[in-house]
This record gives sequence, C-alpha cells and structure tokens, in this order.
Amino acid sequence: MTRPPSPETLAHRASAAAGAVPAVAAPIKTTGAGAVVRSLEALGVEVAFGIPGGAILPAYDPLYDSKMRHILVRHEQGAGHAATGYAQATGKVGVCIATSGPGATNLVTAIADAYMDSVPIVAITGQVARPLIGTDAFQEADIFGITLPITKHNFLAQTADEVPRLIAEAFHLASTGRPGPVLVDIPKDVLQTETTFQWPPTLDLPGYRPTLHPHGKQIREAARLIAQAKRPVLYVGGGVLKAGATEGLRKLAELTGIPVVTTLMALGAFPDSHPQHLGMPGMHGTVPAVYALQKADLLITIGARFDDRVTGKIDTFAPDAKIVHADIDPAEIGKNRHADVPIVGDARHVIDELIAAVSAQGKTQDPYESWWATLEDMRRRYPLGFDEPDEGELAPQYVIERLGALAGPDAIYVSGVGQHQMWASQFIKFEKPGTWLNSGGAGTMGYAVPAAMGAKVAKPDTAVWAIDGDGCFQMTNQELATCALEGIPIKIALINNGNLGMVKQWQTLFYEGRYSNTNLGTHKHRIPDFVKLAEALGCVGLRCESKEDVDKVIKQAMEINDAPVVIDFTVAADAMVWPFVPGGMGNDEIMFARDVRPMFDEDDI
Amino acid sequence: MTNTHTLSVLVENKPGVLARVSGLFSRRGFNIDSLAVGETENPDVSRITIVVNADSSPLEQVTKQLNKLINVLKIVELDSQQSVQRELLLVKVRADRTQRGQVLETVELFRAKVIDVAPDTLTIEATGAPDKLDALLRDLEPYGIKEMVQSGLVAIGRGSRSITTGPALRAA
Repeated sequence: MTRPPSPETLAHRASAAAGAVPAVAAPIKTTGAGAVVRSLEALGVEVAFGIPGGAILPAYDPLYDSKMRHILVRHEQGAGHAATGYAQATGKVGVCIATSGPGATNLVTAIADAYMDSVPIVAITGQVARPLIGTDAFQEADIFGITLPITKHNFLAQTADEVPRLIAEAFHLASTGRPGPVLVDIPKDVLQTETTFQWPPTLDLPGYRPTLHPHGKQIREAARLIAQAKRPVLYVGGGVLKAGATEGLRKLAELTGIPVVTTLMALGAFPDSHPQHLGMPGMHGTVPAVYALQKADLLITIGARFDDRVTGKIDTFAPDAKIVHADIDPAEIGKNRHADVPIVGDARHVIDELIAAVSAQGKTQDPYESWWATLEDMRRRYPLGFDEPDEGELAPQYVIERLGALAGPDAIYVSGVGQHQMWASQFIKFEKPGTWLNSGGAGTMGYAVPAAMGAKVAKPDTAVWAIDGDGCFQMTNQELATCALEGIPIKIALINNGNLGMVKQWQTLFYEGRYSNTNLGTHKHRIPDFVKLAEALGCVGLRCESKEDVDKVIKQAMEINDAPVVIDFTVAADAMVWPFVPGGMGNDEIMFARDVRPMFDEDDI
Repeated sequence: MTNTHTLSVLVENKPGVLARVSGLFSRRGFNIDSLAVGETENPDVSRITIVVNADSSPLEQVTKQLNKLINVLKIVELDSQQSVQRELLLVKVRADRTQRGQVLETVELFRAKVIDVAPDTLTIEATGAPDKLDALLRDLEPYGIKEMVQSGLVAIGRGSRSITTGPALRAA
C-alpha cells in the first residue's frame, strides 16, 4: 500500500511543470469560475480542448486572461478525443471542457472511449444553475448520472469553495492507480458564486488507495513458475506503457529469454524488431503470437486483461497454461480467466521485482530451446503478408507499410477503427513507447483525427500521422478546421476503400457477400471528394491511386509542415485483414488467409 | 440458499453513492435480493447492507468492482452464523371480531406487535431474521394479508469487534 502523493506534492510537481503558478497560492478573492481556471493553472495544465456555451460561459471569461491555451474545437467529441490523444502521447492528464446538455453528452463517446482504454482525462462540464437542476431546464442533462458507468469517478460541484479540491481530486484520480476519465460537473451559479481561492487544497479521498507495490510472496511464486516453465510467454498489455515499464520489460525478456506478445494497446512497449517479439495476439494477431498463447504452459500477463479480442472463445484459450496475472486493478485479476498467481501492483514495480526475483533464483534459465524452435518454425511458415490486389488497384497494406517505413519509428501513428487499424498494427514497425495511439477497447470510429490533433499539440516537434478510413474520417474530420486554424499540422493517410471495410469483410465471409449498407460511395461517386474537402478545411489535399506514386506522395506530405495534409489513398475495396480468428471462435481456429488454417493440433509439442 | 451472501459496505455519506453501488450491481449482471442504507455512528459514513445471490467467483468479482468505487471505504461479508441479521415487517391483516383472537395469538407467538387497529384489520410490526418473518407471514396468510411492506436486511457482527476495526473483505 502506498500513500497517494499529498496535494502539496501534487501542487509542487504541477508548478514545476508549469513553471508559473506558485505551489502555494495565498488566498485570493475570485468566483467559482476563477477557481476552475486557477486550479487548472496550478495543476500545470498547458492546454484544454473545448467549446463554450451557456452554462460553462462564466468559466470562459477568466480563461480569456489565462496563460493556459484553450483550443476551440468543432465538436465536443473532438475535444474529448483530443484530450485522450494528448494524454496518450505524454502520459499527462488531458483536459476537455463543454457546456451543459448536448455539449456534455457530446463528450460521452470520448469519455467512454477513455474509460475502456484507461486514459487519464478530466472533463469539465457546465451544468444548469442549482435551482434549475431536475426541472428539465434548457440544455439540462444529468451528465453526472449519464457518466457514472463510464468514468473512474465523477463529481457534481455543490459550492464554489469546493471547486479547487474537486479539480485536484479529479486530476489525482485520473492519473494515479489505473488511469481513467474523471468528470467534474459545475452548475452555472456555482461558477458565478464568490469564493476565496487557496492552493493547494486538501484531498479528501478516504476510500482511494491504489496498490502500487506487489506482494513479495506472489512475485517469488511467479519467479518459481518461470523457472519451471517449458513454454512460457510474456503477454504484455497497455498497462506496461502506462507504467513506463518498457525498459524493465526488455530487461526481463532478455534475462529470461521468454517470447513476448504485445496486445493492440501495448504496441511499442517492446520493439517489433526484437528477435523475442512474436507480434500481436488476438483476432487479427500474428499466427506465431496466437500459437504461442495457445500452446504455452505459462503466461506471464502484465497489464493486460484477457480481452475477448485476444482470447477468442475463453474456454479454449491457452488451455494448458498456468496464469501469472499482474495488474494495478485487482478487479481485472480473475475477471475473465482464473489467475494461478495474482499480482496486484504497478507494472513497473512488478517487472522490477520480477527481475530481482528471477535473478535471485541464481540458476541459469532454461533457454526454452525446443519452444523457440517451434515458434521460429511458425514464424517462418506464417509471416505477415498480403495478396496483391487486381491489376491497377492499390493495396491498402502496401500504403501503410510504406508509410511506416518512410515516417519511421519516431513518428506517432494514430489510427481509427477497422481494417486500416488492424493493417497499421500489423505493417507498421513499432519500436518505441507512445508512438501508437488507437481506440482499442471501445473501438470508436472517428477517434483518429481529433486524437492526432491532441497528440500533435502535446508533441509539436514530432510527426503525427493519422491513419484513418473513409468511414471513420467522415465522423470527425471537421477537427481539421481546428488544426488548420490553430497551427496543428497533422497528416492524414486516408485509407479510402469506399466502404465500411471491416463490416464488409464480415459480410463477405459470414453473410454470403450481401453488402447491406456498407458502401459509402466514396469510390463510385467520389462523394465527398476528400481532396476538395481537405482544401475546404484549410489543409493540403493530395491523392494517390497507384503503387508507383505511394512513396512520392508520402514524401511530399512529409515536406509540408505549415498546414495539415490529407492524402486520399484510393485503395482496393475488397482487401481483407488476415490472419483472422472469427468472432466467438477459439484461437485454434485462426485463419492465416481465406480457407487456409494452420493446423495447430498437428504441431503438438 | 447457500449462495446468499450478506455484504456490509461502508461508504462515504455523499449524494449519488447509492446510485453508484446499485448501478454497479445491475451493470455487472448481479441481482440484489435486498438492500438497506443508513447512517452509522460516524455521520460521514453510511452503511449499505446488500444481500446478493451469487457463486463465490462472481461474488469476488463484484466485491472487487465495489472496492474500486472511490466512495466505498470498506466491504465485509457477514456470515449468518457470526452475525445478527434482521428485517422489519409491517403487515396489515384482515381480522374481524371472529378472527382477532387467533391473529393476536400468532402475534404473541412471534413476539410481534400490533401497531394499529381498525374494525376489520390489525396492523402488525415484526422484526427478525428472514426465516422468522417468512414463518409469520405463512401463519397470517389464511386470514388475508391486505398489505405488507418489508425493509431490507440489516446485519451486525457478533462479539465485541466492530466493523471499522475488523479485517476487510479483500480478494487477490
């Protein structure tokens, strides 16, 4: 059990980051609204994404004088995803602001998204004045009630005096333990009430005590199982990135020689180029990664949660494996799969202590020779690849592969949801933490453009590429106007296959090719014309339709740094994502390609 | 009945906490048999007593999820042998002159109380463990139950140790 940092510590840390606001502010007369802005400043917030409106209006007045940057977005969902992108790129808390009613409900998708992927964001919403609450007042919505199941915690402020404490608590909750979104709803009259702002406030969270340090006995037990295992796998999830434990992970992997798989949320946690990396497991994972989990006798699971997209049918998942499951959230352990060795703790501490325990065992580790021989054979027989499309068509996988090669491992890649997301996860080589942002748990189409905007604001000197589909892009592309006006030159690789591609793939495979409502018309009618749309939004619009032009157009986009760029890659409409474990099936049913199934049973070892 | 568990949940006495707790149960697919809330000796702390029917593994999951709620301070499972468990029952029974004597005899037998009298009904108050109240209701049923209302179960551990000092239910 570790005590959470005191508000004093928080404030010191924050002011060190901000370099401006003193850690301890003498009492000063202001309003609830002034207290909101001063609290955000004191916490070191550099940027907030939002849209003003009636109920939140009082808070926008002191914001006008603040050094904190506010980015006026075009839709509140964009503010939410931008806060998420900012947080994922930096590990800091992202902030979004909206007004009451529809402003707040527009944040809901982004909040749910951040909740599913454990992203630290704080949403501040205006609420109708207290006497109007419950009267169905203009622009009233019970956002506190609406977000109960999709926030780590939420608050409805009752007095102006408590505003600094609530905001400090929101930041503390969002960023510690298992991170997540926290919402602070503030009625308009509370914003307008006179108060005395004083910093730091005293946090009052008696029921919140995240466990950071693992239990020594469990660590020793895990080390003992590692020593005994013949076919172990390190099953690594997003928690390792969130804990900043990637260096340790590499040490642990190299010390033990154990193969590593990284989930969709953990890409970049372990270098793709590392010989011990088998790739991503799951529905569209690599055959070696899926095989390794299925045949393992020990899974050392760190910061992953046995999501159904990884396990497939849970009853048939890794049937012979003992499970070591380490997570900072005790409720994840044993939720989907029984853990033989449960470890509650922060991934960094868990990994450091595992390294110590494994080293202390002294004897040379089993080099897992026969295990590696089988895995190498799998790697050789089932590499990632794709079929060339029909003559004259452009392969989406090729576009993404070239983008990864040209933009390199230092760029940040932000993906939407669907086929392009899976191809990006497969064909971009991730080498570093914080270079892959996507909506993993919620699968939120429309995530990419605003999240890329947030990431670029956080890392202005890093190239930020959104890889988006034509379906996803049409959900949130209005934030390109924000990017153009605010000087946020992100780049969009639009993988335009004219369809809701992943849905179409399922229709091809499971609905006899009955393409109900998946054709978006972006090929046949060229509506919208993405080049013209990009230009209308203040961006540079480029188009690429042939393989020969791919490198040239990507390089052309890389040269442009004073405006956002959209490349409409018009790609083959029928390309499919392989490998594929069909939904609800066991991982042993993985399809390497259409009608090609590796026979795991025959490879018994 | 072996799958019935009584959880005592100490929570911060703040608005919205009951909604968080009850919402969690429905969201995670658990049925609450009974729920009672009230202040404790510390006015900042409320105590929610929840009776839930679940196997031990889902119960562990729901306990962990409850523990994640920021306003939850402590969760203790109260074993029926090691605790006193009580419900309150108010029941309006048809009882005209011919039946009144028999009804009063039943009331006496169960150490219940008559709290209101009308020409053709008696209103009875009874407290006890759920089994006892069920038995009382079975005995009163033949006379005709016009209306009844029951509280959720409340429970307290036996012995001198208090819930605030005893060990919490923790899993993993």
